[in-house]
Amino acid sequence: MNRATALQVGTLARRSIVRTLRQPAMVVPALFFPLLLLAVNAGGLQRATDLPGFPADHYLDFVLAVCFVQGGLFAANSAGTNVANDIETGFLNRLSLTPLRKTALLMGQLAGVLALGLIQAVTFLVVGAIAGEGIHAGVAGALVIVALALLISLGFGSIGAFVALRTGSGEAVQGIFPLMFAALFLSSMALPRNLIETDWFREVATWNPVSYMLEGIRSLVITGWDGEALALGFACAGGVALIALVAAAAALRTQMVRT
Amino acid sequence: MSSSPAIETADLVREFKKGPRAVDGVDIQVAPGEVFGFLGPNGAGKSTTVHMLTTLLPPTSGSARVAGHDVVEEGTRVRAAIGAALQEAALDPFLTGREHMKLQTALHGLPREQRARRGDELLGRVGLTDAADRKVGGYSGGMKRRLDLALALVHGPRILFLDEPTTGLDVQSRSALWAEVQRLASDDGVTVFLTTQYLEEADQLADRIAIIDRGKIVAQGTPDDLKDEIGRPSVEVIPAEPADLARMKSVLARFGESVASPPKAAAVRLSGGDAQLADVVRALDAEGIRVQHLQLHAPTLDDVFLAKTGRHLEGAGDGAAVEDAEPDPVAA
Amino acid sequence: MSRAGGTRDVALAVAWRGAHNYFTNPAIFIPGLLFPLFFFTAFAGGLSRVDSVPGFEFGSNYTAFVYGFVLMQASAFGGVFTGFSIARDFESGFSRRLLLAAPSHGGIVAGYWLTGVMRAVFTICIITVVALAAGMDVQGGGIDLLGLYTLALLVNAAATLFGCGVAMRLRTMQAGPLMQIPVFLLLFLAPVWLPYDLITGWVHAAATVNPMTLILTTERGFVAGDPVHVVITFAVGAALVGAALLWARGGLHSAEQAA
Ligand SMILES: Nc1ncnc2c1ncn2[C@@H]1O[C@H](COP(=O)(O)OP(=O)(O)OP(=O)(O)O)[C@@H](O)[C@H]1O
Ligand SMILES: [Mg+2]
Repeated sequence: MNRATALQVGTLARRSIVRTLRQPAMVVPALFFPLLLLAVNAGGLQRATDLPGFPADHYLDFVLAVCFVQGGLFAANSAGTNVANDIETGFLNRLSLTPLRKTALLMGQLAGVLALGLIQAVTFLVVGAIAGEGIHAGVAGALVIVALALLISLGFGSIGAFVALRTGSGEAVQGIFPLMFAALFLSSMALPRNLIETDWFREVATWNPVSYMLEGIRSLVITGWDGEALALGFACAGGVALIALVAAAAALRTQMVRT
Repeated sequence: MSSSPAIETADLVREFKKGPRAVDGVDIQVAPGEVFGFLGPNGAGKSTTVHMLTTLLPPTSGSARVAGHDVVEEGTRVRAAIGAALQEAALDPFLTGREHMKLQTALHGLPREQRARRGDELLGRVGLTDAADRKVGGYSGGMKRRLDLALALVHGPRILFLDEPTTGLDVQSRSALWAEVQRLASDDGVTVFLTTQYLEEADQLADRIAIIDRGKIVAQGTPDDLKDEIGRPSVEVIPAEPADLARMKSVLARFGESVASPPKAAAVRLSGGDAQLADVVRALDAEGIRVQHLQLHAPTLDDVFLAKTGRHLEGAGDGAAVEDAEPDPVAA
Repeated sequence: MSRAGGTRDVALAVAWRGAHNYFTNPAIFIPGLLFPLFFFTAFAGGLSRVDSVPGFEFGSNYTAFVYGFVLMQASAFGGVFTGFSIARDFESGFSRRLLLAAPSHGGIVAGYWLTGVMRAVFTICIITVVALAAGMDVQGGGIDLLGLYTLALLVNAAATLFGCGVAMRLRTMQAGPLMQIPVFLLLFLAPVWLPYDLITGWVHAAATVNPMTLILTTERGFVAGDPVHVVITFAVGAALVGAALLWARGGLHSAEQAA
């Protein structure tokens, strides 16, 4: 990346972060809803740990991982909404008229997502560590969780950006939000896969990459270092991020048709 | 280079998939340093033309050169030479005016030490120094337009595109913007391509104008030439006794074809020019028709539009393109 | 035109427009429909094992247990999403025109209420079909079901009127979280996945004072055919509607001042 491109990325990243943080409606729910679900689950389903074979003593520790993925869904929403706003208001046209590189534009836009993702990850970790048993894999494990969480946010954020660039509509971005929620819900979010009773549900959860993202984070929280769970978690998060980024870049090429 | 046109199009066409031929064979030439007015009703194809000339939209067919470069083949060079304030003021409501300038100067690759100075200078020039650190979401429509103009000037473009820069502005903001456009053209030698749906704006500001309707250029020239082409003035008369209206119309009919007028009046285009006015008065007098009000109209650009399209400019738009008035951001 | 006639005409006009917007705009009706469906699928399917937690007592199957919650969620969110539409109407300037033109302002509120009812009824129908297909075991008889859906409509009316009051006071889409979050809290700080006796910690304390606990428990009782506390539940439901009505009326006054 040459200096001019670096300057463009930095400038757009700063703008993206600033505009994200200046919208309380974007930041507050992104922290509030995952924490609410965490709290409700922790109290409401604590007794589920009584099921034979349940892997944790505290449901909170088990369910903490969900916050990070749910946070990623908000990343998708904020990235998508920001990009769609830029298209709807014509801001993208303004940017198109400068000597801006398309890759710089995409990277800059996603920087806001990563900033939000970092705030979320740290908040969830702190809350989880205080309210639960702590992170089993220690400080290093916590750092790995942050890294995985950012990768998850990047992936979901790129999906949001892709939809926005493809359709140019904020409503369409809102429209995919439920679909991504389905991906979260149809996973091993509430119970370990081996305790899911309904066959088709267990099957779906086994194919769902979100299950492995959750299980990667969860392994660090409740069991310590588990190479296989981590490898699967990073592979799934990285795979989603890669595919979504490529798709978003392709959509940007058609959306920004300047000659 | 200065001898070649700043903007030149040949049979420029743009079709939208599910839409009309928004731009349908446009040929225009704009000389360097000229203020060129692009006049047309809603939906005429003004913005579509601007988008093609600024490389934001590829033409369906035809060609265009801006600053000597082909808009399709040499987009990067075209963009380096132009600045544009598009119809939607395209600002980020969550950033301040100064932050917008920072963003724009950095993206244009101005050296670090020049960025702040250039930004402040332009903000000052458009009168936004006091509002520079307020978020754009709280700006009025006029302030947004002025910031948009300042942003378009960051890299010192030789050609400036302004898409309906004064729509929705009050009289004061409008004349301030006109003054700035005139200053840019006369002092800095900037070529200005300005679209508008206001006759007065085209008349006052533009050295030359083109009138576009339904994607086609219907007239092109200096405002005076175009009016001269229409040539003859019209006379509008209101009789003192409304009962005389019909009789008066038949008298007036001797002097030329009748044209649109308010219900209580009658008007004709004088086939013999201004000199016929005295004859008209004498003829009415001879018929014993007393006159309450008589007025000679020099031709306007609206007459030009009427002559070329059979419609008046006001209300000639496609309706679909009419936007709601911009909501007041402060009250919201 | 009589005053009553004016109110009815305005209400019907507003409701017709609401229905039209709702059914012709997938970006609006799909999220409202999908969220309760996902909830239902995720928990009736993925969490069914928790009915073998020691102490879980319910007169019907877990699918029916989850249905009780999702029914309430659909009713409440039909109302909240209607609040979003009202806020959107204020942003677009439509409501200002409506306030200036309509002979009866009470009719405007009534019209929005009808819109909320329509949305909730539509969602509830679909969820009910899905739940029956998924093997929900309904023990309650005709009277029980009448009670069940009447209670759902009370929740829906309270949520719509609450959203209406917020939307008319703030008159911007930014108010979305302010409508959503309180309703979310009420819905989730309740016995969502396990019966009241099995939830622990501060969520248990919150559920104890949350009126939704009573409503939810009675709704589940109707499904299982052995409702308890019916009279007091309906009294609480009616009180919620009454309070929300006062709140909406205040909102209307505030909007009238601004129009
Ligand atoms: N992206 C698009 N897809 C389809 N049709 C379009 C698109 N953009 C413009 N049009 C159509 O092309 C025609 C010309 O539009 P254009 O925006 O160029 O008009 P305009 O002269 O700028 O009007 P206004 O004064 O309202 O800004 C209109 O009929 C419009 O509906
Ligand atoms: Mg236009």
